[in-house]
Amino acid sequence: MSAKNFIDKIKNQEIDIVEHTEKILGECKEINKEYGYFNTISEGLALEQAKEIRKQLKNSSKNLKNKKLLGIAISAKDAICVKGVETTAGSKILQNYKPLFDAFVIQKVKEEGGIIIGKTAQDEFGFGTFSINSAFGIPKNPFDTERSCGGSSGGAAGLSQKLANHIALGESTGGSITTPASFCGVYGLCPTYGRVSRCGLIDFANSLDKIGPMGKTIEDVALLMNVIAGHDANDSTSLNEKSEDYEKYVKKPVKGMKIGIIKEAFGSGVEREVEKNVYNGIQELEEEGAKAEEVSLELPIKYGIPTYYMIATSEASTNLAKYCGMRYGAFEKLEGSFNEYFTKVRSNNFGEEVKRRIILGTFARMAGYRDAFYLKAAKVRTLMINEYKKAFRKFDALVSPTISILPPKFSDIEKLSPLQHYMIDVMTVSPNVAGLPHLNVPVGFEKNLPVGMLLIADHLQEGKLIQLGSVFGNE
Amino acid sequence: MEVDRKLLEHVAEVARIKLTEEEIGKFLPQLKETLEFFSKLKEIDTDNAKPSFQPVELKNAVREDKEGKCISQDEALSLTEHKKDGYFKGPRAV
Repeated sequence: MSAKNFIDKIKNQEIDIVEHTEKILGECKEINKEYGYFNTISEGLALEQAKEIRKQLKNSSKNLKNKKLLGIAISAKDAICVKGVETTAGSKILQNYKPLFDAFVIQKVKEEGGIIIGKTAQDEFGFGTFSINSAFGIPKNPFDTERSCGGSSGGAAGLSQKLANHIALGESTGGSITTPASFCGVYGLCPTYGRVSRCGLIDFANSLDKIGPMGKTIEDVALLMNVIAGHDANDSTSLNEKSEDYEKYVKKPVKGMKIGIIKEAFGSGVEREVEKNVYNGIQELEEEGAKAEEVSLELPIKYGIPTYYMIATSEASTNLAKYCGMRYGAFEKLEGSFNEYFTKVRSNNFGEEVKRRIILGTFARMAGYRDAFYLKAAKVRTLMINEYKKAFRKFDALVSPTISILPPKFSDIEKLSPLQHYMIDVMTVSPNVAGLPHLNVPVGFEKNLPVGMLLIADHLQEGKLIQLGSVFGNE
Repeated sequence: MEVDRKLLEHVAEVARIKLTEEEIGKFLPQLKETLEFFSKLKEIDTDNAKPSFQPVELKNAVREDKEGKCISQDEALSLTEHKKDGYFKGPRAV
């Protein structure tokens, strides 16, 4: 059932909102037992919201007439603050933290009648590609539980595949929306940097973090994007441009649109099954009248990984300096000096990958190394943005695989060194570095596992991505 | 560039993290491998490039200097065990 049909049935009370929410929460618990998609199921909040909506429906309240998400279950990646609901970003250092306020996107969802069902599993602070770096559970791939969901918004992606009448709020710093979307066979849209407010998002890297929608259909993604996009005075990096009606791009003809096939993103290093399916996807766009041709983007593919990791870890090392066991989150017994106490709290409560990245980022910003690493990466970032901008003078969108491999087994991931782990992000890091909107489109299956195609557009051109993405999934 | 145990321990100290022996043994070769690979950024000529600290151009965001809604002192203190007389209580400073 489409979201529109579902909302109509809620409005005319054909479906009872409270009974439906209870049913959804039951399904969430069942799914969670097998797949581990939630850090917290917010049963109390969801039922409270559902009862309030039922009360208003019984009173024939006009307030509900234009609610865009009425009764629809919405999950939030655990890094997104929900008032009164445990919000940990996957870290022990934030265990038991219950925010005093809602993130901007949660406020918007609530205003539109969306039901917040819980906080989804992720890598600690978003540090990972496979959702295995968590202080809590590890989410499992919906198609094979021995394999990864991808990360870091792994719980959001898996849940989008398994739970009907649900849309997820994910978050990406270097590919954390599109990578798990690819591994779980769903759509995931990472918006332009600043298009969606970060107020209430627990940050990983402040110049890279973006909240975006993930869902089983492109319609669902466009619907949630319409709710969360827009300016927010509480986020100084929020863009002041008016947001668009993204739903009007769904099924808009793509005839005449120009697609650039990123030359360096195919061939060596890409699994053949992945490549084949992405080429099939490109062919499908061509059959609808889009024109595709190769384009070379050397800088983003060849230098994206060091550029991204230097900027992201540098920012993370400062953004995570605030966790010191004083005002919220994990505490230790108050003893020793300031430095001894903070060091104890941080050493006992940060996970291994968090420590690794804080150290890498601190190093990259240190006197003597700053120019060669952090500053150098920030300069390469400028060149990279210019290279993309040049391509967008000719193309409406660029295409590559979302990730060059099929979802790997946990037992294979264990064998990767941190650097090998980072290298897997090669397709997604650069659009993130450049703040460009990008979308994962499920384009096929190999060995019963999903393959995703990555579409990248110029700043604020999310509409074009939705237009192109809606060519697929017409079953 | 010499990435050795001394440098690793120094960086960790700056970041207020105490590494265990096991972590040092693990992180040191990993940090070396990663930084060696990341050094390939120097292949790129950036002489004429300005650094981008944001991916899009941002304008200064200012607001009227008016009192707004704010969380109460009690609420602010509700998330910590370490408090006294309406204040946060921290470790000793001197």
